[in-house]
Amino acid sequence: MSSGTGGHAVSSGAGGHAVSSGAGGVERIRVEVSAAREAKALEAREKLSELEEQTAIGEVLLRSLLRAQLRLALQILALFASLLGGLPLVFVAFGSLDNLRLAGVPLPWLALGVLVYPILYLLARLYVRLAEQTENDFADLVEEQ
Amino acid sequence: MTAALGPGTGTETWGLLAVVLVTGAALAVGAFGMRFARTTSSFLVASRKVPPALNAAAISGEYLSAASFLGIAALVMQFGFTMLWYPVGYTAGYLILLLLVAAPLRRCGAYTIADFAEGRLDSPGVRRVSMAVVVLIGTYYLLPQLSGAGITLAAVAGTPYWFGVVVVGAVIVVNVVIGGMRSVTFSQSFLFWIKLSAIGLPAMLLVAHLSGGALGRLWSTSAPTFSHPTVVHLSSPTKIEVATREPVGVRGKIDGHAVAGRMVLARGRYEVGAGSSLSFRPGEAVPSVVGQPPASGDGWSSPTGYPGEGSGHPLFFVYSVLLATFLGTMGLPHILARFYTNRDGRDARRTTLTVLALIGGFYLFPPVFGALGRLWDPSLYLTGKTGSVVLLLPRVLFGGIAGDLLGALVAAGAFAAFLSTSSGLLVSIAGALSHDLLARSVRDFRLAALLAGSVAVGLGLLVAPFNINVLVGWAFAIAASSFCPLLVLGIWWRRLTPPGAVAGLLTGGGLASAAVLATMLGVRPGGWPGALLAQPAAWSVPLAFTTMMLVSLLTQGSVPEGVVAKMLVMHAPERLRIAGQSPEHRPPAGDS
Repeated sequence: MSSGTGGHAVSSGAGGHAVSSGAGGVERIRVEVSAAREAKALEAREKLSELEEQTAIGEVLLRSLLRAQLRLALQILALFASLLGGLPLVFVAFGSLDNLRLAGVPLPWLALGVLVYPILYLLARLYVRLAEQTENDFADLVEEQ
Repeated sequence: MTAALGPGTGTETWGLLAVVLVTGAALAVGAFGMRFARTTSSFLVASRKVPPALNAAAISGEYLSAASFLGIAALVMQFGFTMLWYPVGYTAGYLILLLLVAAPLRRCGAYTIADFAEGRLDSPGVRRVSMAVVVLIGTYYLLPQLSGAGITLAAVAGTPYWFGVVVVGAVIVVNVVIGGMRSVTFSQSFLFWIKLSAIGLPAMLLVAHLSGGALGRLWSTSAPTFSHPTVVHLSSPTKIEVATREPVGVRGKIDGHAVAGRMVLARGRYEVGAGSSLSFRPGEAVPSVVGQPPASGDGWSSPTGYPGEGSGHPLFFVYSVLLATFLGTMGLPHILARFYTNRDGRDARRTTLTVLALIGGFYLFPPVFGALGRLWDPSLYLTGKTGSVVLLLPRVLFGGIAGDLLGALVAAGAFAAFLSTSSGLLVSIAGALSHDLLARSVRDFRLAALLAGSVAVGLGLLVAPFNINVLVGWAFAIAASSFCPLLVLGIWWRRLTPPGAVAGLLTGGGLASAAVLATMLGVRPGGWPGALLAQPAAWSVPLAFTTMMLVSLLTQGSVPEGVVAKMLVMHAPERLRIAGQSPEHRPPAGDS
């Protein structure tokens, strides 16, 4: 999740509305600022530092939040892939599984026609709980600052 | 008891009555919802005030299409256990959607996928390409729905194929034109419960009816035999293959010779003339139709034994179907549109969770009809009407008034399936067309709905020969190769650029739909090329991701402004009240 962030000054809060234009935008604002009158320059400098501060915070926030959420999603995805994604290979490798029956129902039917569904639901529920927990932890962290 | 082959047993009255009732009810519920549809916004996304339980039923109602209701049973009957992967993939697609897309997509607050593309990338160009892909996927998905309607009306009322296509086409256009999305939300959730009971109740009754020894035979791998005296009318010339010596009663022509009476067919191939009928006694083997795989043996009962096209590569088939369905779900325009009606990101997640439970419950039943049909109505193999097995089986197994009523119930469910899915698709297509080509007014939305509906009906008349589930599977493959990379990279990868998105959409969506179109038009080379063309997802999805990422990395100069803020809006919890998230969201709990 690295990104080319060099010149990307950005508004992230409700109050921010000044946005630079792509790479080199910060420099251009600086140039404009130095050309302006003293009082205006001071005001602009304050605005700029506020903006940069917001951007830096936004970057840090985003990076940690993205990383946490993506890690969680990928963990559940890996769990899911190892449970279901490997199943076709298992059936091919162990052909005798096809003939195995539990309570009269062939194992492949039991697995694909019935058991898959509760497992999918449980995985999803686990994810929803953990994702909301991650968001709450993150919000706590931000509000503490 | 004689197998009911087509109509003519005086039972079509019940089926027709059920169909008319469902259609009338859906239109009435739609008209009721119309009172709330006042502005374009509420027209399109139901003003985002739909609670999760209602929304989940609506999503499920919209999702469970003709393919799920009729197609899965038909495929299982014809090709066996390998087809069980389809419903598994259709359900698992929602897990992937939940993990990667649901909450961030809702938080970014766009109406349609084209809005998402434009908002995330600041590019009207990406928006236009997305709109074109919405129309493409929507149309591919609409065709099997209309085709299923043609099959169903033919099976329950004996009408010609085109009649069902035109009737359902007209009903959905009217429904969408009078109500838009708001009414569709009510209709959809209503239709979900109809569908679940229409497939679940008959399935449970049929299995209960069979308990004991017959149930054990359900999974037998031996060649199917007739369970009761059966007369099979063949309306078109049919080439059959007899595996061992088989006695059969014939009235009509075999290999050009007129025959009337019982005879014994030696092992070999025969051509049965059009209009002939074959009669079988209980226990006699079912001849297979030349060109179709036998519904017996390991090929039928193995979950990796697909004996059809690209038969040399069943494992490739399984993985390609899984990839298409896992990743295609998130790219279906009519499903995505419904996520915007959640109140916020948290509700979007909870809705998805409920959807998983609802459709998982539904998918327990359709495959059972496939196994039952192989045992109890194998004449469908000969007539080539396995597509109607869900509709015909209750009458075959029960007979009498019970059979008629259950038959009417499944017909109602099937109709509910076409109505709900095609209405949702039409809303999406019309939304994309009117939003981007016309002036964004309600009147233009209606005009676009009428236009798109007419085109789809025209095309729907041409796709009769294809299994509806296979058609739907192709729509998934195209969605997985276009919108899936756009959404996943757009939500999780800051370096995505407009040129990258366009290149990925065109490469993935274009090549996948070209492969599908080639297969539909009959281009079917043998071996690997055939397998790759018939199930493109396994190569077109990775290709789309790679293209989108490579071109983005080469065009880093056009990373949109304010990308950090945009990503924050998508990922920050509602509690933090990040500006840009939907203003209507309710006050978060515990934040007073």
